[in-house]
Amino acid sequence: MTLTQHDIDQEIAAEHAAYEKRVADGAPVEHHPRRGYAPYRSSVLRHPKQPPVVVDASRDPELVELHSPAFGHRDVTEIDNDLTRHHRGEPVGERITVSGRLLDRDGRPVRGQLIEIWQANSAGRYAHQREQHDAPLDPNFTGFGRTLTGADGTYRFTTIQPGPYPWRNHDNAWRPAHIHFSLFGSAFTQRLVTQMYFPNDPLFPYDPILQSVTDDAARQRLIATYDHNLSVPEFSLGYHWDIVLDGPAATWIEEGR
Amino acid sequence: MTKIDTSRPESVLPTPSHTVGPFYGYALPFRGGEDIAPLGHPDTITVHGYVYDGEGVGLPDALVEVWGADPEGNVPAVDGSIRRDPASGGYVGRNGVEFTGWGRIQTDADGHWYARTLRPGARGDSAPYLSVCVFARGLLMHLFTRVYLPGDPAALAADPLLAGLDDARRETLVAREETAGTYRFDIRLQGEGETVFLEFT
Repeated sequence: MTLTQHDIDQEIAAEHAAYEKRVADGAPVEHHPRRGYAPYRSSVLRHPKQPPVVVDASRDPELVELHSPAFGHRDVTEIDNDLTRHHRGEPVGERITVSGRLLDRDGRPVRGQLIEIWQANSAGRYAHQREQHDAPLDPNFTGFGRTLTGADGTYRFTTIQPGPYPWRNHDNAWRPAHIHFSLFGSAFTQRLVTQMYFPNDPLFPYDPILQSVTDDAARQRLIATYDHNLSVPEFSLGYHWDIVLDGPAATWIEEGR
Repeated sequence: MTKIDTSRPESVLPTPSHTVGPFYGYALPFRGGEDIAPLGHPDTITVHGYVYDGEGVGLPDALVEVWGADPEGNVPAVDGSIRRDPASGGYVGRNGVEFTGWGRIQTDADGHWYARTLRPGARGDSAPYLSVCVFARGLLMHLFTRVYLPGDPAALAADPLLAGLDDARRETLVAREETAGTYRFDIRLQGEGETVFLEFT
């Protein structure tokens, strides 16, 4: 039997209602998706059934997870953060500037750390061999970038507005336009991979991946803000997106090596 | 709203995790990601295994990151894991001399991965281990686990994490030595023999 959008909508609504009830009954707010979120069908066989074992990092400051791998200027070239300049010609699509700050749970900037992004092109096609979507590849766009955060935690990318694209979770499933982000903090415990969305996308309510974040306020934190001050005259539209890493880290003084 | 006002601590809340998806393969893996040990280093070990789903099928699209201390137990602070060539924009790879302690490996079509790194030394109260972080399509939030190496039963028995687990679960975190310096460590995301995954607070 074909799984329809209507089926998925009902499952999303049920998961959302169950979450709201848990919170009303006194359970804590959930900032992250549950790993077992059935409306996203790929999660069904790929999430642990046992609860994670808690490691209290404050009891052992020597844990290697409280430190992060280091990245430096050898690992990033000067144009890695401008995805429109990785080929001889200009990519097709609307140029955008995406910028913000990388912060920890205490609002402190994460300095000199690696941010990697990847995305579909303006037609909604990834430069990946296994990608089946019948939309054109752009010979002038790969859709992969890197940067190191500045001393105040800021980052900045120039790229092309990605297109939405279909996928096979259910019949007529479409992903809202998004950019994938991979982030390192000052501790490996803060490692994060996520996706940034664009404001007012009509596909939001239909997407089980975005809706896997069942907390309404948390979901909003995945959506960038249009920022006219970031728009570059005659060149690109600007979006602002601050990122807050979860997880314990070493103290500020210990971290400042 | 995604401009965070750091003067208001109540507004500083975590950015939610999302799956890495199926199409990171042209972006995140890099040449030599699995070859972390400096060339010819006498303390080099190989750790390898499969990542399995709840039906025992290997994941052809999992991404495994490995992070560990050096043989003296020191945390590497050197960059250069993913050195780039500024002329071509490609990779030049690690320099084969410095030890960054970190690697990234995409599983192959069978779900198999390997890492060649240095045998980690002990830190604090813990027995020696490698920290591992797993990403995959279908996994809405990454999973942390640890690869403990066999050979020092006293250290393993005294390890604060392992000591709190029953035998069957504990076994999922201790690699099996196949030949000298080569260890097998499978990661089972779900079901029988499910690997112990960690949450840091």
